[in-house]
Amino acid sequence: MPFTAAVITFPGSNCDRDMAVAIEEISGGDVHRVWHGDAALPEKLDLIALPGGFSYGDYLRSGAMAARSPVMQAVVEQANRGVPVLGVCNGFQVLTEAGLLPGALMRNAGIRFVCREVKLKVENANSLFTSAYLPGQTITIPVAHHDGNYYADAETLDRLEGEGRIAFRYLEACNGSQRDIAGVLNAKGNVLGMMPHPERMIEPAHGGSDGRKLFESVLHGLNALA
Amino acid sequence: MKVRVHVSLKNGVLDPQGRAIHHALEGLGFSGVNDVRAGRLIELDCADDVTDEALEDMCRKLLANMVIENYRIEKVAA
Repeated sequence: MPFTAAVITFPGSNCDRDMAVAIEEISGGDVHRVWHGDAALPEKLDLIALPGGFSYGDYLRSGAMAARSPVMQAVVEQANRGVPVLGVCNGFQVLTEAGLLPGALMRNAGIRFVCREVKLKVENANSLFTSAYLPGQTITIPVAHHDGNYYADAETLDRLEGEGRIAFRYLEACNGSQRDIAGVLNAKGNVLGMMPHPERMIEPAHGGSDGRKLFESVLHGLNALA
Repeated sequence: MKVRVHVSLKNGVLDPQGRAIHHALEGLGFSGVNDVRAGRLIELDCADDVTDEALEDMCRKLLANMVIENYRIEKVAA
């Protein structure tokens, strides 16, 4: 059976096509494009991706409105069943607002929008989303966000560290995130949220291909289960 | 019934916007401001039978992000 993914588009999403192309090219599978107002998702998905952008114009808080849209109830339901869910940038903000990941993403500490390549450390190379990387590997992935300043209380941060749920850390000052956290996993390990954009780094024309291994990890993980 | 919901950042949560406003005030020559915290005011025009419980629920489910924010509900005489 071919790899099957869904990419959700909210009004104001702008990285949904890039995400769909990355998944298609790397998996060779099928990507369903799903609109935020749809109440149902296809069944038997291998991956659900929430893309970057400015859903609902970032009204109220980044990701707040999208997290309450009809399709998100279906995403939460499938995530709780163990379907892999990847949220990038605005998708990460939506996942925290929907309660699928702990913490919140606040305005960048430097106030300005940050748009550049950053170096990341692969903090956990055993997860569904990171197993194709080497532990501690340094990778380069672009960021483009205004609200990427990860916040959680100290107790939550300690728990995330203790449970190996910090997937990626910034190796340079970026947005003021607590403990330089760039990507976070849920307790079961099937939901990853990250501010950097792996889908924008999958071929030499992008300036590098360090993002490929994230998608390859999901593919390999599923093959290992099959 | 007019309801004002005041949303503010919890104590201990750094406020980059408040800090930028503070710097801007200093840049304009205003001295003596010790700290600035920026929040949000949401005004609701509600039917009279909307309960206090429903208002609390609205705040917790959407109007405030309970990870980083507090809220205060103020009912205003029409």
